[in-house]
Amino acid sequence: MIKEYKTISKIAGPLVFVKKTHPVGYSELVTIKLPDGTIKQGQVLDTSEDLVVVQVFEGTSRIDRNSWVKFLGETIKIPVSESMLGRILTGAGKPRDNGPEIVAKKRMDVVGAAINPYTRRSPEDFIQTGISTIDAANTLVRGQKLPIFSGSGLPHNEIALQIARQAKVPGQEGKFAVVFAAMGITSEEANYFVKDFEETGALQRAVVFLNLADDPAVERLITPKMALSTAEYLAFEKEMHVLVIMTDLTNYCESLREVGAAREEIPGRRGYPGYMYTDLASIYERAGMIEGKKGSITQIPILTMIGDDITHPVPDLTGYITEGQIVLSRELHRKGLYPPNNILPSLSRLMNKGIGDGKTRDDHKQLSDQLYAFYAEGCDLRGLVAIVGEEALSDRDKKLLNFADEFEQRFVKQDSTENRSITQTLDLGWELLRMLPKKDLTRISPKLRDKYYGENDFDLKGKKTNMPLESEEENRKKRK
Amino acid sequence: MKNENGKLIRIAGPVVVATGIDAKMYDLCKVGSEGLLGEVIQIDGDNTIIQVYEETAGLKPGEVVINQKKALSVKLGPGLLTSIYDGIQRPLPVLDKKMGAFILRGVDASGLDEEKKWKFKPIVKKGDEVKPGMIIGEVKETKTINHKILIPPSKEFIGKIKEIKTGEFNVNEIIATLDNGTEIKLSHEWPVRVPRKLKLKVAPSMPLLTGQRIFDGLFPLAKGGVAAIPGPFGAGKTVAQQQLAKWSDADIVVYIGCGERGNEMTEVLKEFPHLKDPKSGQALMNRTVLIANTSNMPVAAREASIYTGITIAEYYRDQGYSVALMADSTSRWAEAMREISSRLEEMPGEEGYPAYLGTRLAEFYERAGTGTTLSGESGSVSVIGAVSPPGGDFSEPVTQNTLRVTKAFWALDAKLAQRRHFPSINWLTSYSLYNKTLEKWYSENVDPSWTKLMSEIIKILQEEEKLLEIVQLVGSDALPEKQQLTLEVARMIREFFLQQNAFHDIDTYCEPKKTFMLADTILYFSDKAHSALNEGVSITTVLNLESKEEIANVKFIEDFETELNKIKLAMDNEFSKIT
Repeated sequence: MIKEYKTISKIAGPLVFVKKTHPVGYSELVTIKLPDGTIKQGQVLDTSEDLVVVQVFEGTSRIDRNSWVKFLGETIKIPVSESMLGRILTGAGKPRDNGPEIVAKKRMDVVGAAINPYTRRSPEDFIQTGISTIDAANTLVRGQKLPIFSGSGLPHNEIALQIARQAKVPGQEGKFAVVFAAMGITSEEANYFVKDFEETGALQRAVVFLNLADDPAVERLITPKMALSTAEYLAFEKEMHVLVIMTDLTNYCESLREVGAAREEIPGRRGYPGYMYTDLASIYERAGMIEGKKGSITQIPILTMIGDDITHPVPDLTGYITEGQIVLSRELHRKGLYPPNNILPSLSRLMNKGIGDGKTRDDHKQLSDQLYAFYAEGCDLRGLVAIVGEEALSDRDKKLLNFADEFEQRFVKQDSTENRSITQTLDLGWELLRMLPKKDLTRISPKLRDKYYGENDFDLKGKKTNMPLESEEENRKKRK
Repeated sequence: MKNENGKLIRIAGPVVVATGIDAKMYDLCKVGSEGLLGEVIQIDGDNTIIQVYEETAGLKPGEVVINQKKALSVKLGPGLLTSIYDGIQRPLPVLDKKMGAFILRGVDASGLDEEKKWKFKPIVKKGDEVKPGMIIGEVKETKTINHKILIPPSKEFIGKIKEIKTGEFNVNEIIATLDNGTEIKLSHEWPVRVPRKLKLKVAPSMPLLTGQRIFDGLFPLAKGGVAAIPGPFGAGKTVAQQQLAKWSDADIVVYIGCGERGNEMTEVLKEFPHLKDPKSGQALMNRTVLIANTSNMPVAAREASIYTGITIAEYYRDQGYSVALMADSTSRWAEAMREISSRLEEMPGEEGYPAYLGTRLAEFYERAGTGTTLSGESGSVSVIGAVSPPGGDFSEPVTQNTLRVTKAFWALDAKLAQRRHFPSINWLTSYSLYNKTLEKWYSENVDPSWTKLMSEIIKILQEEEKLLEIVQLVGSDALPEKQQLTLEVARMIREFFLQQNAFHDIDTYCEPKKTFMLADTILYFSDKAHSALNEGVSITTVLNLESKEEIANVKFIEDFETELNKIKLAMDNEFSKIT
């Protein structure tokens, strides 16, 4: 028999303090029944013999001293099953699409246990996203967590959707699913995602968790955990390759700060709690693959950098946990480039595992290094030109400057429906490199230089990329 | 033995409060009905505050707490090498067997394989006088390492050998007895927070060769020394650490992945067993202990992992080995301290870190060192700590406190990493105070002109920095010819010498001689070119010489000596043509 208590002693922000209870477990699930019959859910944050602190997910609005508090004796679990695919749920895992309740095949703890690093499988399957900057320079591999560091007003949602639409592992067809977790985004953004999922037919393979801007902020703390537990079920029990898109982690961290402040904790940098690193790690680290299991979880978390500041605690701590980052640039966006991926501060730590002979192509790594080096040099020169003028530049410098521009216009820029194959991307890279003399390509071994650069600056191979892209048609077919 | 059992009265995250136990600070406790492992970190009136090394969800007030009456210890003995542990010395493969892919809680696992029999060969006999820390025999632990069996270095182990056995034993069997009745086994336990002392600490005099040109050449670390690698994320900290773990010439390597990425740790765990030692040809794993406490594993165990690692390192030093310990990253350790401290509601110091941050860091680094062990051998522990400063800002407390105690500073630079210059160690901000002490070794073992050559390299790089500022304003053509040449030589140093490809089979390891000869050839060109300029040859002619570009490929070639001599000859040829 589960007891109910009417002993609320204090309500502050998202927290409810309950006195004189039976021994209550830490992290236990709590329901609170308001006098008007509404039921809210919460979780125990602190438990002692005489006082229990409960964090209420739906917010404490309308809770009063007369509300009934019930401790359920178990930690928060989410009912999961394959029938969740195609469903739209709230941030707390309840149906939002007027559909029936989820019939549970299994109830998963939302706080996932850590994967034993010894049992993990090294991620090494190349995922082709069809976006040149990502495929060539910051390659995504299966089981990786690669966040998009964006700013307000930048097209991170389009990019995430384009990846979700186009991502595939060449030569391998497996069961594929998308888990989408929205935290505190506007209903307009949410609709954009849902509509795109519907139009492309992706919704049938997707589970959507929506916590919108006007939903309770504390609920956001549970949303990514619900989504990841679902993903773990699909990946490790149903052998699917799951892509988890989470947006926006900055909102999540703000909720974390809100709860911390309500508990009167000592704040860390910029008022965020000192345990934010551990907390974020408990989300991001749930990406990966496991030895002996077929499925995988690949994460693309999206966060907006406040004031475009990459040293802000949220992107900073994220960068220390995730395996790289895709950084969007306001400058490129202003130039009208889509996607505005700035490759210079971007990075994929697992790239080397997923590329090379047999996976993509033997020249991939060196080509990418060379593009980086030239583009970095070209960008530096832009600053110089502003001071000394173009005439003062050496011949090589002029070429580099030109290279940087062409790189942005032809390599970075692509249409949001354009799905470039990795061969197209790499060939395009070579085409750009031919703007510089062959001997300047110091990052590329002489052997590969001979193989791909060709004899003169005008090589037939390079022209291939100007031809219409076969995959576009493929795409359209798929959508139908 | 009263007051052994107490009960829980409060749980908030990884820190719990119990009453009814009469514990000492840092005593180990079993918390709750599942027996979760915890450690006493504060005593307040009747209340004992315990940090728990496992997830505390579901614990209730009123559950039992049992004081183990001993401090958190590691089990030291044969079988440590090739092991892969979590932060509190539980072998990860055993955990995998016991509970599957996900780490659940309440599972106990001994740090050493208790079944395996080791062949013990004593070197003392009945009636011999023994002292704490003395070597009484050895077992062959791996193909390359003989594990010395020590008398545990605590007071009660003094006396005469009453009985000593030969044969095969597991780590818990008694191999010797002293006349005072004390029994000695192949293994003993040691509390992680207590340093294992050397008899005499001396100043380091040997380099820890790393096979990385920028470290060995420009900023060397001594055996028994301490180095810090700070760097923002994405600057190549982890790759640098792993390179050091793979190639440094220590006898034993302890690698601590403290609060780092799971996938990266897996890479280390999967890759190490396949790596070969460039000298012995044996698997590198034979000399390695790995400790992996990833960022989502319990925070208290992360705090402990650093101590677990350094205690194991000291244990091998006591056997007379040179040990290198890599800690990636000490910032995560400091953050774990901060997290626990804030749960204790302690008054915070700078940026929320506890006021004792500096002391703890200093205490940890001080456990490194070289000298004579209690058994009279000479051994060393070198510590290389990675630091992850938030936002890459070196003025934050962890970096600053680390700088106060470390003598080699390898500053990683995100800008260099963005240009794909690896290892992205900034040559202007990095330094090593071991340069002077190691001068003798290098001149005796590599080349007498080593130090002179390397300081010349640093001088050119510093000059380049100054010149680049001018170039920014006026463009490089406006510089005098000599300075244009300096820029070119600096470029050669950066591209042909400093850049090293960790993923290339040959370039990943560079012996000191190769390091020296590469630098030497570049400066050979520099000298020749300067004299050519003096004779009136134009800078463009010099810059267009082809032979110098050949140096770029030498790092990828095994037979570097022949190749470099060939290049020198080609240079001589070209220069004689133009002058």
